[in-house]
Amino acid sequence: MSGGVSPVRSSLRRVLAVARKEFRQLRRDRLTLGMIVGIPSLQLVLFGYAINLDIRHVPTAVLDRSASAFSRKVIGELAATQTFSIERHVRDEREAVRLLESSQVGAVIVIPPDFESRIRRGRGAEISILADASNPTVASAVTLAGQGYARTLAARVAPFSTGVPPPSDGPDALGAALGALALRLPPRDRATFGPESELVRQEPIRIEVLPFYNPERRTAVFIVPGLIGVILTMTMMLMTALALVRERERDTFEFLIATPIRRPELMVGKILPYLLVGHVQVAIVLTLGVLLFDVPIRGSIVELGIGALPFLGAMLAMGLVVSAVARSQFQATQMSFFFFLPSMLLSGFMFPFEAMPRPAQWIGELLPLTHFLRIVRGVVLKGSSIADMLPEVGAILLFLAVALAVATVSFRKRLA
Amino acid sequence: MSPVGPEPVIETRGLSRNFGTVRAVDGVDLTIERGEIFGCLGPNGSGKSTLMRMLLGLLAPTAGSARVLDCEVPRDVERLRSRIGYMTQRFSLYTDLSVRENLEFAAEIFGLAHAERNERVASALAAHDLGPHADHLAESLSGGWRQRLALAVATIHAPELLVLDEPTAGVDPRSRREFWERLFDLAGTGVTIFVSTHYMDEAVRCHRLCILREGRRVAEGSPGALVQPLAGRVVDVHVEAAERAIAALRGSPLVVSTTQLGDTVHVLLRPDAPAASEAAGSLEQILAAAGITGARAVAGAPNLEDVFVALLAGERFDGPGAPRLPVSP
Repeated sequence: MSGGVSPVRSSLRRVLAVARKEFRQLRRDRLTLGMIVGIPSLQLVLFGYAINLDIRHVPTAVLDRSASAFSRKVIGELAATQTFSIERHVRDEREAVRLLESSQVGAVIVIPPDFESRIRRGRGAEISILADASNPTVASAVTLAGQGYARTLAARVAPFSTGVPPPSDGPDALGAALGALALRLPPRDRATFGPESELVRQEPIRIEVLPFYNPERRTAVFIVPGLIGVILTMTMMLMTALALVRERERDTFEFLIATPIRRPELMVGKILPYLLVGHVQVAIVLTLGVLLFDVPIRGSIVELGIGALPFLGAMLAMGLVVSAVARSQFQATQMSFFFFLPSMLLSGFMFPFEAMPRPAQWIGELLPLTHFLRIVRGVVLKGSSIADMLPEVGAILLFLAVALAVATVSFRKRLA
Repeated sequence: MSPVGPEPVIETRGLSRNFGTVRAVDGVDLTIERGEIFGCLGPNGSGKSTLMRMLLGLLAPTAGSARVLDCEVPRDVERLRSRIGYMTQRFSLYTDLSVRENLEFAAEIFGLAHAERNERVASALAAHDLGPHADHLAESLSGGWRQRLALAVATIHAPELLVLDEPTAGVDPRSRREFWERLFDLAGTGVTIFVSTHYMDEAVRCHRLCILREGRRVAEGSPGALVQPLAGRVVDVHVEAAERAIAALRGSPLVVSTTQLGDTVHVLLRPDAPAASEAAGSLEQILAAAGITGARAVAGAPNLEDVFVALLAGERFDGPGAPRLPVSP
């Protein structure tokens, strides 16, 4: 205004002064600087890898009761769709269901004993695929793949069944074989294989997909148990990530490290109260899930509580790792986010695990959330028992042990 | 525990610590005997806290060695924890816990069983008059009360050695007096106390003290012994126009420094000046020449502040009885 500096200019000067100071502080905060570059890069790479709704390689078991050349051929072609990755052969349905229940497979292809004879008689054979619909995306992909295969097979058989002699070793051996069979049938039956016959429209091999555990394929049923894991990852990690840093920022750190407390004692002491907090959160999410989303709880709540323990411990220990390294609460929060991001994206929570490329799955297997999701979905949606999922529990316990050791070793009873 | 031997409670040899290129503590030798109150005097940034933190194993020394209570530090420091009490410079207790809860936590972490814990907490509350505040959150306490709580916590496990880093900074004079009375009580029970301060009146009360400057130990001894080298170098000038007198005396080649104390100007003479009784006359002449009348100069007694000033001027006091080594200008 009158004479000298205008209020606008001096205000601007103060704004710039603050901005300059922030920038200078930022420049000296190596970690934050790293995060500025690291978080978007990580996000991009992870999203790019993980967002792949085109599901492939669903771990699949085969119950082949026909054990015929035809059944093996069909299984081979189903595997060739890449939706199914045939990982084991089972001998009875009990074993098949047990594999589904413990999430070792996402689908079971069941071929009935009369498969070959029905084809030979031109009766149209039937294959059942049991799909784990607790994950609706997987169930949908399996359905799509099964039906798609049945349709293309029908289209392949059609030209051979109209009388044209099939090439003996053409590219489509199965289609040719089915066509040739049709030709050898009496004309009355042969008609049923004709282009406009009932069977072709119905498909020579029908594939029926039986959704297990979540027959309506409701997404909430799938998401809510998973949310338990995601929420716990975030809250548990932050609780302990701030635990040591807070002591540091409030000067109580110097008091604490001058006492006889041993490092492992401090670590375990910091974790214990939050195990209880974690269980309270599990209870809240489950209760709301039941009340608001009608999530069925098929397994035992007690087993879920026990199954949650190692996971809670693993997340709290990971928080301590962050806390032992971070110098401020701000840094601790950022580092937690850095861990949280892959957990969200690569664990099978957001995007189907089966849809991720192998390397992303390997990283996913390292994350406790991946294993916990299998446990929580198993217990809640399939009524599985923890005893069926000991490898998952073992993986989480291993993570817990490593994280606790790293936290203890990187925590120093020193000031600098 | 360990036998009470002739071994000093704290003994350091050439103890040094660098922070980057800055040498915070530089080759400090210290010997502190059992049951004494040993002071550490120095301006801010002179290395007092760093020295204490090294003795407590909270910082690793860059060079030199330290033995505390017959243990090598920092190597064996964890074995010592329960024998040392430490009061940090800044309040380092839990402000979101009550006075009693802080005491209980400290007692437990120092490994006291439940019954003993309750007994110690009760006696600490009584001994430090904290009873009425027992259930108040620590954050609601004023500076003096916080300091009492901190001392109560630092002594809850009956340590043999108490390390106090500027315990009375920012505390009112009455609380400071009471605090020092408690220290003497503790020392009376055989506790060794290593305390840093930048208050001269507190330094004088120590049995012995060292003075740190820029990380170096520049003097050590009892307060009486420390001022000894300055005997005969102090003149007290009683004059009404004190400010003008100071201006006149500052220019004199005889004078290191002047301090105004009301109507008296306390003058420290240069090491090469004549003895105080002779120099007094010269000072009166200087003042008369400056037109200041009625000044009366007499030989005075040196105090710790004079030691400090002399050190700042570059003189060296390497321990009691050591020859004075004026640094050439």
